[in-house]
Amino acid sequence: MKRREGLSKLSGREPYVDDLPLDDFLWGATVRSPAPRGRIRDIRLPDGFDWSEFVIVDHRDIPGVNCVFLMEEDQPALAPGYVRHVHEPVLLLAHPSRAEVRRAASAIAVEVDSEPAILDFRLSPEPEQIQYADDNVIKRLEISKGDVERALADAPIIVEGVYETGEQEHVYLENQGMIASMEDDVLVIRGSMQCPYYVVKALGPLLGRGEDDLRVIQTATGGGFGGKEEYPSTIAAHAALLALKAGHPVKLVYDRNEDMAATTKRHPSRVRHRTGVAEDGRLLAQEIEFTLDAGAYVTLSPVVLSRGIIHAAGPYACDHVHILGRAMFTNRVPFGAFRGFGNPQGCFAIERHMDVIAHRLGMDPVQLRRVNLLRDGQTTATGQVVRDGTDRVAVMSRALGLSRYREKREAHAEYNGGHPYLRRGIGLATFYHGAGFTGAGEVYLDSRVHVAGLPDGRIEVRTASTEMGQGMITIFTQLAVDRLGLAARDVIVAAPDTHRVPDSGPTVASRTAMIVGRLVERACDDLRLRAGLLATARGDVVKTAIIAWHREHAGEELIGEGRYEQPPGIAWDEESYRGDAYGTFAWAAHIAEVEVDLRTYGVRVLDYVAVQEVGAVLNETLARGQIQGGVAQGVGWALFEEVVSRDGAMENTQLTNYIIPTSGDLPPIRVDFLENPYPYGARGAKGIGELPLNGPPPAVVNAVVDAVGDACAEEPTAIPLTPERLMRLLDAGAAARESTSAGAS
Amino acid sequence: MSGLVEGRLEIHFTLNGEEIAVEIDLAERLLDLLRYRLGLPGTKEGCAEGECGACTVLLDGTPVDSCLVPALQVRGRQVDTIETVDPSRLGPFLETGATQCGACTPGVVMTGVWVRDHPELLERHTIRELMAGNLCRCTGYDGIVEGVEAAVKDAEARRESEARRPPSGRE
Repeated sequence: MKRREGLSKLSGREPYVDDLPLDDFLWGATVRSPAPRGRIRDIRLPDGFDWSEFVIVDHRDIPGVNCVFLMEEDQPALAPGYVRHVHEPVLLLAHPSRAEVRRAASAIAVEVDSEPAILDFRLSPEPEQIQYADDNVIKRLEISKGDVERALADAPIIVEGVYETGEQEHVYLENQGMIASMEDDVLVIRGSMQCPYYVVKALGPLLGRGEDDLRVIQTATGGGFGGKEEYPSTIAAHAALLALKAGHPVKLVYDRNEDMAATTKRHPSRVRHRTGVAEDGRLLAQEIEFTLDAGAYVTLSPVVLSRGIIHAAGPYACDHVHILGRAMFTNRVPFGAFRGFGNPQGCFAIERHMDVIAHRLGMDPVQLRRVNLLRDGQTTATGQVVRDGTDRVAVMSRALGLSRYREKREAHAEYNGGHPYLRRGIGLATFYHGAGFTGAGEVYLDSRVHVAGLPDGRIEVRTASTEMGQGMITIFTQLAVDRLGLAARDVIVAAPDTHRVPDSGPTVASRTAMIVGRLVERACDDLRLRAGLLATARGDVVKTAIIAWHREHAGEELIGEGRYEQPPGIAWDEESYRGDAYGTFAWAAHIAEVEVDLRTYGVRVLDYVAVQEVGAVLNETLARGQIQGGVAQGVGWALFEEVVSRDGAMENTQLTNYIIPTSGDLPPIRVDFLENPYPYGARGAKGIGELPLNGPPPAVVNAVVDAVGDACAEEPTAIPLTPERLMRLLDAGAAARESTSAGAS
Repeated sequence: MSGLVEGRLEIHFTLNGEEIAVEIDLAERLLDLLRYRLGLPGTKEGCAEGECGACTVLLDGTPVDSCLVPALQVRGRQVDTIETVDPSRLGPFLETGATQCGACTPGVVMTGVWVRDHPELLERHTIRELMAGNLCRCTGYDGIVEGVEAAVKDAEARRESEARRPPSGRE
């Protein structure tokens, strides 16, 4: 099936929040903290404006609790006299003119009596920098398997490494935005978001409103990637406060600069590996320290940390593992959800480290992975027995074959020997991603889906899952069509509106097709029963029965419900962090071929092969698009996307100086699927969306090491591997060689 | 000249094939004029500095970033926006997965349609080069590049079938 809303998007008819017609409304703007920490001394409204024309809101205008509810109740909607990071919202303005409200917002001076800030999560805080608990550790988690200390003591070879990843900005092409308006005593929020019910939960206590007088509607959303998971709640809160005070609808739409400066990014990380290895390459012990920069509020950092450490040991069998995870408070703009959610950080570290180990052993990186990749019956770091029947070595072999890995390595040796300044290399990453909420998370979510039979015989799929480009509308249509034998035109997928759809959980964690899609199937089954049909009824029979039901029950709704049930045999212990972390994992092997230009230190990706096992592929075009888009985002993070910070906030807040890949920067991304249907996912699907972001950074950097690693002073261990960073490594290598040869002569 | 004194001016230009007259602010961007005053929100703002191409329109037949074009500059000229593109010819972009979230899409389509209608560009440039002014964060570009390729082929096939058709319907 082709993307259902595709033509509407291609022809420019799809209405995003800033496109909606709106009468008699005001434009909103946000005044923010200029300092990373301190008490607000004064907020000065400068001359040159007629301030009576403006609606002005501060924390005293909040009718309920001054907090954007998420995991912890620590983040105020508007700073109550004290700020913890640059760009923290302090004051809100609204005015009929967009230009005027923006001019006014940037003219207002917020004066702060600064206090000592901590801006580097890698440093131990000084006593005066402590702001969370007694050590600035927001969350600490541990995974223990076997006896790592003893296994390390007994191991013949120990390989250590420290790996770092930088922030990453989402760069969804549609900036964030919300409209708030009062409609018959109900506060209505419309906007760009992934999780309508998160907005309801965040705004209820803030505004003192229940679900009945607060309605959240997702408008067409131009990309999310996690960036529209939690932050939209803050914008919605601001738009709502302005609209309530103004008595008019308020539109609060960020421009690119504000969006990049003020909203969340991927957590920076530092991961330390200490690994005991046998001479044949077997991993005997893995000791891992995994540290994230959380920023100034808790946001989702504890769960990002959780997913990060659960995946941090890689898809390898090792009997003795200890992982210590910590998320650190800093006075930086809070970090948040981003596609991959902690796994990309850990994946860069372990997959880079695997190549470092291979080099130490003088072993082919492929062979090292072949020896260690999980076989069915073996266990992950949390003790989860893997038994899905997927041959993970075969996934890697398929990638090796498609990329012509062996021939390329030989050809590169010859090419690199003959070329004056170009060096080619090829690199591999093998990795995994668990879909859905971790552990018992899905049980707590208790997601529900409704499928309504309408009086004309069509059906309407009602879920809180949002379309943000990933293909939810198309996939849910396909599932309903298959389940009930209807034509696509008889299936409507409702726009997420919290007064019309049940809470089917957030649109995150690669859970939409696999978990919510399964509930769509169950709701279809339930609808059929409620219409008085046998479980085998399909097509016109279903349609006719729905019409007949409505004739007998005029004015009533015919609704089938699907409710989450945990698949059998899953056991997770939140206390000990042992057990089945996810219902299933998707598996992948990616191979990058690169060319390094020794004149410019630029790295060009020449070829990219992505092979993955994601259960059953529900829609080839959409699935391929998910992989290719994830790879592009991963390649960008690996090579170009550098966040430059001052006072803990992003300084290069433009697409001119934060560089994402263009079509000219990427080769065709070659995608192949091995399919092993997962019995508890919709039509056999596993999660797919986040998986592809994990592999590209290590695959690309491993390829760079293959090309020029020998010439570097030390192997690259940090991304983004910008030309500047690579230059330093190569120049240091050259200097070291020079001094060695000078010493020898 | 009172318009100039007050910072406003009436201009005439051809928008999507129709002559229009509109009073503009001298500092007004073409993008804002289209979106907020002429009821054409299909053209999107992505970055407001000419990097992302989401606001691409055709000015006298050539793609430009409408966020960088003062409305004043389109006086007497021809502006074509996504609203004027024939949806029945966008099938090739749909087939290949050229759109996901859709925010970059109108700009991508405007550049893509320009390439489609000027196949001579492909004698000197690749599609990847020609599309490099339109940032997309969803597709990884393969769907877009293949979509433009397919649209070019589709246009070629249409031209061939036009050429084969007798000059007049009466014969």
